Amino acid sequence: MKPFLEVKNLSVSFPTEDGLVKASNDISFSVSRGETLAVVGESGSGKSVTSLAVMGLHNRKSAIITGQAILNLNSGPVDTISAPEEVVRKLRGKSMAMIFQDPMSALHPYYTIGDQLSEAWRLYNEGSKAAGIKRATEMLDLVGIPAAAKRVREYPHQFSGGMRQRVMIAMALINNPSLLIADEPTTALDVTVQSQILQLLRDMQKEFNMAVILITHDLGVVAEVADRACVMYAGKIVEQSNIEEIYYKPDHPYTIGLLNSIPRLDQIEGRRLQAIPGQPPSLISLPAGCAFQPRCTYSHLVPGNLCRTQVPDLNEKFAGHFSRCHLTEAQLIEARKSVGGQL
Amino acid sequence: MLKFLAKRISATVVVIALISISVFMIFAILPMDPARLTCGKGCSTVTVEANRHRLGLDVPVQVQYGRFVKGLYAGRTYGEGAAEFSCPAPAFGYSFTRHECVTQLIEEAFPVTFSLAIGSFVLWMLLGVSFGIIAAKHKGKWQDKAATGFVVAGISLPVFITALLTLIAVIKLRLVNPIEMGRWVSPFSDPFGWLKTFIFPWIVLALFSSAAYTRFTRSNVIETSSEDYIRTARAKGLSEKVILRKHTLRAALAPLLTLAGLDFAVLLGGAIFTESIFNLPGLGRLSLKAVQIDYDLPVILATTMLAATFVVVMNLIVDILYAYIDPRVRVG
Repeated sequence: MKPFLEVKNLSVSFPTEDGLVKASNDISFSVSRGETLAVVGESGSGKSVTSLAVMGLHNRKSAIITGQAILNLNSGPVDTISAPEEVVRKLRGKSMAMIFQDPMSALHPYYTIGDQLSEAWRLYNEGSKAAGIKRATEMLDLVGIPAAAKRVREYPHQFSGGMRQRVMIAMALINNPSLLIADEPTTALDVTVQSQILQLLRDMQKEFNMAVILITHDLGVVAEVADRACVMYAGKIVEQSNIEEIYYKPDHPYTIGLLNSIPRLDQIEGRRLQAIPGQPPSLISLPAGCAFQPRCTYSHLVPGNLCRTQVPDLNEKFAGHFSRCHLTEAQLIEARKSVGGQL
Repeated sequence: MLKFLAKRISATVVVIALISISVFMIFAILPMDPARLTCGKGCSTVTVEANRHRLGLDVPVQVQYGRFVKGLYAGRTYGEGAAEFSCPAPAFGYSFTRHECVTQLIEEAFPVTFSLAIGSFVLWMLLGVSFGIIAAKHKGKWQDKAATGFVVAGISLPVFITALLTLIAVIKLRLVNPIEMGRWVSPFSDPFGWLKTFIFPWIVLALFSSAAYTRFTRSNVIETSSEDYIRTARAKGLSEKVILRKHTLRAALAPLLTLAGLDFAVLLGGAIFTESIFNLPGLGRLSLKAVQIDYDLPVILATTMLAATFVVVMNLIVDILYAYIDPRVRVG
């Protein structure tokens, strides 16, 4: 069976007064139903820009978008990049849904939770307002909000952050979408609440058999939930593989750097967390060679000026494991040793 | 909600009482002798003192204030015997230059001011808000630039200039007979005549005020459009029309309420320039005449208090409406 979402050579750039901002560049990935793809990277790496493009949420006048994002619907494939805006709009909330980083500001402060959920439901279902509220109550119940029948009449400000994110999830899932994009869904939440929300997302994925894209900057979040991961840097995918190999056999110095910067329980006390030196490059004027080269600890191992002059391709180094790096496998084995413990 | 109402209403009553006391005190302290103003230069001391007693100005100021307050609910009688006359409640005092109860004067002037205020208010809200929305929707395009031009012109042209220009145009083009213009016609007996009297003053006031509302609406709509919850609405699959109507405008226009309420209240106190230029016998002209020509202290006292009360009461109404519109206010 075909994957539900196939993103092919997707690039998004924004013309500004200072020049063209290449926010995401030649992105390709796919997600099937029942599968979770994590998109990992620091702020400005193009994670959100890519997913907003899939959802058709960029202003088509201010963003230059090329490539394809094909949804394989039962009725046939639709490319959300080239399809008319009205067609894409009618897929939003129905076939694909999205939840956002800050649940505090993502709900309209003037409408009750029930109104907002039932609005989403009634957009695609024939039914009275009362039926919408009833459906909203069922969804709130499903995402684990206690006393849903009472809380459905309350306003967003009467909910805590974690509860609001549950509400957002309920609203996103109310029309049973096939694809859910979760854009840093736990970043704004307390650590204890984070794991509850991740657990909820996992449960909901099983319940609705959805394809899930989980966008995060936190590799720690990804481990338990994702099946596969894309690591993004400066608008490009630098590594893509199944989740185990990202942790146990990272194949790109940037991924190695990210892993080095997470605190771990299985390591000797006293080890310092290592930051990746330097800053991400400007997306207006990217380096001629590898975008990560100026910050890379290992680029001196590559003979000549290769890292500085030639952009590495995204090569499939092992089956299903892609990486964008000039280092040889032997050099990488050496590099991986820096990630403490037995990886 | 009931507790909120009780709290706000009692606060309003206190504020109005404080305003009335301070206004009363200001007029008591003024170096003007109202009794002397009751008759001409050649007035004898005996007549002045007699008038002072007749008008109740010969007692201490706190007693005068007490009588004033009592007059508001019980009516008031001045003088004794053959010279006795009384003003029914609510009595705001007695105009000794016009020889009429102040309440009577206000009752005559208020419908004029109210007609002026309500018409221009409706007109400027419609103009200002719709121009603002259009400008925001077409940000950076010619519609936006035209709206900006309108804002600059509207704000920089003072009412007395636009009013005079309009008046000249109206007369030159023979749109309305200028003699008919200053006449008060009730909208109930002669709606067309009423419209003829007020349409041009409305336009003048609306042009001036709607400029500010255009700017305010434009910036609020643009700001609200970039809110996260608008992105959520878009992600739900709502159409741009529904998003603007149900989500953006609801949040963007709520803050307009404060501005609109206050502006309307100020207008209810009398539009001095517009009323004077168009010769409308409203509260603004009444106060202006009382200040400028007659030194008619009771009238000035009454119109000042009235204007302040309009503002305070409108504030209360706006607060209550806010609690209705914004659920976050209701709880806090």
